[in-house]
Amino acid sequence: MNFDYNEDQRALADTVQRFVAREYSFEKRRAIRASNAGWSREVWQALADLGVLAINIDEDYGGLGYGPQETGLVMNAFGAGLLLEPYLATAVIAPALIRRTASADFQEQWLPAIASGESIVVLAHADARGEPVTELGGNLTGRKAVVAHGGCADLLLVSARMPSGDAGLFGINAGSEGVAVRDYPTLDGQRAADIVLDNTPAVRIDAGGALDHIDAALDIGLAALCAEAVGIMQATVAATTEYLKTRQQFGQPIGRFQALQHRMADMLLHQEQARSMSYLAAMHCTSQDKTARQRTLSAAKVTVGQACRFIAQNAVQLHGGMGMTDELMLSHWFKRLTTIEMSFGDTDSHLARFARLSRAA
Amino acid sequence: MDLNFSPEDTAFREQVRRFVSENLPESIRHKVMNGIHLEREEHVRWQRILHAHGWGGVGWPKEFGGPGWSPTELYIFEEECARGGAPRLISFGLKMIAPVLMTFGNAAQQQRFLPKIMAAEEWWCQGYSEPGAGSDLASLKTRAVRDGYHYIVNGQKTWTTLGQYADWIFCLVRTDPEAKKQSGISFLLIDMKTPGVTVRPIITLDGAHEVNEVWLEDVKVPVENRIGEENRGWTYAKFLLGHERTNIAGIGIAKRELVRLKSIAEAEGRLDDPLFAARIAQVEIDLMALEITNLRVLSAEGAKKAPGPEASILKIKGTEIQQAIAELMMQAVGAYALPFRQTDVGPDYAANLGTGYCNLRKLSIFGGSNEIQKNIISQMIMGL
Repeated sequence: MNFDYNEDQRALADTVQRFVAREYSFEKRRAIRASNAGWSREVWQALADLGVLAINIDEDYGGLGYGPQETGLVMNAFGAGLLLEPYLATAVIAPALIRRTASADFQEQWLPAIASGESIVVLAHADARGEPVTELGGNLTGRKAVVAHGGCADLLLVSARMPSGDAGLFGINAGSEGVAVRDYPTLDGQRAADIVLDNTPAVRIDAGGALDHIDAALDIGLAALCAEAVGIMQATVAATTEYLKTRQQFGQPIGRFQALQHRMADMLLHQEQARSMSYLAAMHCTSQDKTARQRTLSAAKVTVGQACRFIAQNAVQLHGGMGMTDELMLSHWFKRLTTIEMSFGDTDSHLARFARLSRAA
Repeated sequence: MDLNFSPEDTAFREQVRRFVSENLPESIRHKVMNGIHLEREEHVRWQRILHAHGWGGVGWPKEFGGPGWSPTELYIFEEECARGGAPRLISFGLKMIAPVLMTFGNAAQQQRFLPKIMAAEEWWCQGYSEPGAGSDLASLKTRAVRDGYHYIVNGQKTWTTLGQYADWIFCLVRTDPEAKKQSGISFLLIDMKTPGVTVRPIITLDGAHEVNEVWLEDVKVPVENRIGEENRGWTYAKFLLGHERTNIAGIGIAKRELVRLKSIAEAEGRLDDPLFAARIAQVEIDLMALEITNLRVLSAEGAKKAPGPEASILKIKGTEIQQAIAELMMQAVGAYALPFRQTDVGPDYAANLGTGYCNLRKLSIFGGSNEIQKNIISQMIMGL
């Protein structure tokens, strides 16, 4: 048993941390957020140049062939800077899904393009209620809801119910006939889109078992999301600690008050329990045993989700009025932590799934 | 990073598991598995079984006759003992006074006391808390006055766990009333048979006799029973508190009790209630996370990084989890948790659940209350 990262991993984390500190200041993020696209091609290319877009892609396809631990380190380092770029969608989930489902030709076409930063590929999975996406004669119809970074995708990986009743995974090129994209900002400052398909021509990607493959790819994404959340928690707890040491009221730093000290201790407990579960999630997210994998990932999401909520809410509370302002990074961490809790299944849904899987196991 | 135990650790786990299943008396196992209080003799019997196997000095280095295990091995040992239904180790001797003797005691003290701790020939208890000195331990008032080759000790200790079984008590006493709080304290070893030592039971809310008051009236204690230097006792006391915190998370016990909770909930049909199932799921998830957190702390300790205030995290979460499990067990059986100390009504497993819940309220109070642990975290870890 060993909780230390190796030298290469530490170097990777260090590189990304320095990149975020240097290239992603609060002001720069604000400018990127206000831009039309809501994310930066320039930053994306810089990430490609650093190699971090390639870490989840096999060496055969121009990647580095790393795994969930390295992905976790990168996501953790992104946390403090709240990167707006589609890293989780395009550099983590999409490659995991493509390598599980697609033909060699398809992989050859798209994976090197993801690694080099040339192409944005995004999974569109959740249907809008009442408007499920279905396939008929190779064309798709229906609506995908709140697809993270769906608006900037060159290629959408779309799940659809086929006439057989099975689900299939299909590729749709952005700009195809019959694709309407409604792009919008989300609470956390990132972009998402509703994608309305109307008899849209699509290419079948998988050769069966699409839903299992999508679940597997999303689990890898969930482990990465947990690592990002822990990175944000660290930044949030550290900033709040610092604030409590400097903010003076009643003639002393407010951090001298026991009520606030205990709140901070509770925040640290949440942070460390979440960190532990993010390690466990990284270890189990590629497991072949689906029940064990989902059970562990649900446990991780419950722990991380509850920590997100607790730390975010209390960090704002302890900052007082300052915590409410758009001008502090704190409120942006708050919004991202809130978004993470509600993404990939919220705490309640994972708690229920864990209970179900525990009984089955 | 590798979260798997090494093959050596796994083999060691197998070895301990086999040992417990082959050597733990069934009558003791039954009591532990069902939350029934153990008698002194049962604790002693198990300690002597361990001792006969060369495992008497659990947690001790080889030079003092211990097995010289790593922190990870110690963790595995305690987890497997809990899993198999073995009693908790008698910590007052093994884990509290023994490390103090090894570190600050002289050779004569070590030779006099350590072998009898290992062989369970002498039972120790802790004389720390006083009626006016709980969380603020350094405000203790028990007075020791030097008189030639002796100290004359007067005062009162309280919350003395299993003091009714004890042959010896290690006591914090004030030897310099003029000095500032922490600096006037000495650390004495007192024979419970000495005239002037009186043990009075304190019956707790579960009706059990687990803790005591210990009154000290003109008790003559030979000077050679002082640990280290006069007025340096606070240093030794703090060192002891650090050692008391090994296995503080109680992962093994919590895992065992969680299994018991699930089987009771299953028998009572409570797992079909999604709300109750979710409550169990929550505590199980918290325990999964705490196990990893505990292993992280152990791993840092094994790498000779200082074992520090992180133990406070383990104490808070570990006690919260054990309390939550006890609470859910009580809730799971409903009305049959209410008959007080009866064994012939309701399902067998229900008999101790009400009192068990009551008893475990102690967890967040003793060993430094959870509020004190939060002070430690915010001040020592976070620098507030």
